[in-house]
This record gives sequence, structure tokens and C-alpha cells, in this order.
Amino acid sequence: MHRFKDLGGKLALTAIPLALGSMLNKAYSQTPPTNIVDILNFALTLEYLESEFYTTALGRPGFIDPTETASFTLIQQHEAAHVGFLTTTITSLSGTPITKPEFDFTGKGIFPNVFSNYQQFLAAAQTFEDTGVRAYKGQVTGLMSNKDVLTAALQIHSVEARHAAHVRYIRRKNGTSPEEKPWITSNSTDGIGEIVQSTYVGEDNVTQLGIVLTTLQNVSNRVATEAFDEPLSMDDVNTIISQFIV
Amino acid sequence: MKVLRKRPALSYGSPIKRREFLSYVAASASIVTVVAACTKNDNGSSNGIDLGDGDIGILNYAYTIAQLQAAFYIQVINTPYSSLTGDELSLVTDIKDHEIAHREFFKAALSTSAIPPLEFDFTSINFANRNSVLGTAKTFGDLAVSAYNGAGRLLTNAGYLLIAGKIVSVEARHAAYIRDLISYGSFADNTVVDSNGLDMQQKPTDVLATLDPYIKSKLDPSHLPTL
Repeated sequence: MHRFKDLGGKLALTAIPLALGSMLNKAYSQTPPTNIVDILNFALTLEYLESEFYTTALGRPGFIDPTETASFTLIQQHEAAHVGFLTTTITSLSGTPITKPEFDFTGKGIFPNVFSNYQQFLAAAQTFEDTGVRAYKGQVTGLMSNKDVLTAALQIHSVEARHAAHVRYIRRKNGTSPEEKPWITSNSTDGIGEIVQSTYVGEDNVTQLGIVLTTLQNVSNRVATEAFDEPLSMDDVNTIISQFIV
Repeated sequence: MKVLRKRPALSYGSPIKRREFLSYVAASASIVTVVAACTKNDNGSSNGIDLGDGDIGILNYAYTIAQLQAAFYIQVINTPYSSLTGDELSLVTDIKDHEIAHREFFKAALSTSAIPPLEFDFTSINFANRNSVLGTAKTFGDLAVSAYNGAGRLLTNAGYLLIAGKIVSVEARHAAYIRDLISYGSFADNTVVDSNGLDMQQKPTDVLATLDPYIKSKLDPSHLPTL
């Protein structure tokens, strides 16, 4: 297992078959299994980040819009529950949960006033949630050898997507980003800007299983990008979140 | 005893005609089809539309859900409740378009293994009533999320699993938005997220049982994988 460790996360996504026909010959049976504990520790890092992010924001009296306090409290509770669940799961697999990193949510200048400027906080929340969705999605194929862990990861993944949708809807409703939708259009940052483009790179993909969606009846380019969320590799996610780790 | 069976690529058995199309009767709030694929009140000996086995069966199961949601949202937009305007109309139209994209994608991906277009029964839904429509949308959205979450473990092909992952998060975004429309802040409440912070997951048989009142066509899910 250890000799595959350094390959973790990279190989799992390298050879998505392009056509239905090629799927039937089990092209993946030779793919080395990615270390499940490594994937879970990767997820745990993300959950530590999100949990502490919301805890810090909620700890600042009057910072969060009162109409959203309940929502962000709920989201924080979910992230904290994910930390606990992943920690327990890693331990049950005889792994060692990583210790919580020290975070700097200003992201080395990305969100310099993240806990005093509410708009920056919302932008960071959106970025973290959308990154989280892509991060879990990028690891599901690496979890196929453990069906229970795979199912749990999918169950966390969709909760992150619900969070992302709500944060995006807040930004639409409060006028921060009036064209923004609960879903991701192309590779748009929805006004946050180039500083978070790495979270959205590749979301403009319109080809799924070799099928160019825009050639299908009544499917525009915009719709094709919105209707399918895209994964990010472990390396790409680590590059993004390393900006927020001291 | 489970008999290994290869899905015939070109045949679903004689009772089922393929290449049949849904059509909508505008005067009715319910969807009425002019062609019968295989309805539950058939007196014939058919077991229904076979979803197939293995990964193909799961993809046809996903195609079933996509067909249902597309048909539902098309009806919502064609016969909008009076307050379906502005921002709400814009985003609900997006959901309709996404569901059509999912439906057309599965149809193309499954190719000759695809089940035919299905008939639906939306007579229990009052399309003129916002609560009825959004309540149904919430049911379908949450159910789609739980269906994909539960089906992931049944797929053996990594490419298909990734596709399921790409779609389920969009379904979760839809469900969250619809829930916020019904009751702001309920996007991920404790009726769908448990104390571990996990969303729901359900087996195909349970999902199809919930959807049964809405699907007029008779389905045969008996060859779907279980685990």
C-alpha cells in the first residue's frame, strides 16, 4: 500500500474513458487503490478549515447578518460533525487522524478583512464550499474499494453542495452578485475575481463520457456547464487550501 | 438464485415499443401521453420496462429520475403558478434546463441500452398552487440526492461513479434552493442531514417505491444490483 501513497489522488482520475464502449472492459481494474486513510485525512483538513472558519465568524458579535446567523450556525455544526465523523472513521480504519493545522483565513491577502468585512466573509464561504464540493468529487473513485466510506463521502459531498447553494443564494439576494446562482455557471467566480479562479478552473467543461452536451437537443453551453459540477484533484485542492494554512 | 443475464441491446421484449414520445396535453394539469409504452394497468404478461442489470441498470435508474424531473419541471414552466415570476421563474427555469440536460445526456450515453421515454402521472400535483409545486420539487430534489448517494456503491465503473458525483451535487444545489424558497434557511435542515452531518442515501427499491405514484409506466427494477 505504501508504495502507492505518493501517487494518491493523481492516478484515480487520469484515465476517464471517453466512450461508453470502453467502459465495459473495466479499464480501472489496474488502477492502484489510493490509500483511503490518506483521502480521509485530506477531507479532514478541509473540514477543519471550514469548521474553524465559521466558528471564528460566529464568535464575532454582530458580524454575521442576523438573518443568516441560524444558517451559518447550521453550516458550522455540519462541518464540526464532519470533523468528528472523519476522525472516528480514520481511527476505525487503524489510521491516524491528522492534527488540526493552524489557519490564516485571510489567505495571504486573498481575503484581507475576512472577519470584519461581511462581503469578504461571504466570498470566502462560497470559495470554501465550492472547493469542498470539488474536492470530495475528485476523491470518490479512490474510495471505491470501501463501499461504506464511499457512501459516507458522497453523503458529505452533497451536504457541502447544499451549503454552497445557500451561500451563493445569499450573495444573489443581498445584491453582492445579482447574477449569481446557487449553481456554478461556466468557470465564473461570480465577481470574486482572479484570486479564487483556481477554485473554478475546469467548471466550463461540456463533455461528459465523451458526449459533447452542447450537441444534444435543447442544451446550451451555459446549461451544460451548470448541470454538471466538476472534480478537482487532491493536488489542486491542496494548492488552494495551502494559501489558508500557516 | 441470480441468473447472469446480458442485456439485449436491441430488444426490450415485444410488448414495449421504443422511440415513443411523450406529448403534453396543454388543457390538462396532468401529463397525458398519447402513446402507451407499458402501463401498470396493462393486462399483458409483461413484467414492465426492464431497467437492466449492473452499471447499465443503475444508469437507467438515474435516467428514470432525470426523465421524471424533466417532465415535472417542463410542466411547471408550461403551466406556471401565478407567483412564478422574476427571480423565482428564472432559477426554476434553470432547474428545468438542467434536468433536460441530464435526461438527454443519459439517453445519449445509454444509447441502445436506454429505456424508452416514460409516462408520468402528475395528477396529484396542483400546478396552479405554489405550495403543491414546490413541495413536490423538494420531494424530487431530496430524493434524487439520496438516490445518487445510495447508488454510488452499486457502480463498478469509476467513470460512471464520477458522472454520478457530477450530477448529485447539482441536484443538491437544486434541492437547497427549492427548500430555501419554501422556508428560508431550510437548505440542509435536520430532515435531510443527520447528526454526523451526512445527507440521506437510499436504495433504488426505496426510491422507486416513493416515486411509484408519479410513474405511470410499469418498471421492472428486479435486475438492478444490490449491495
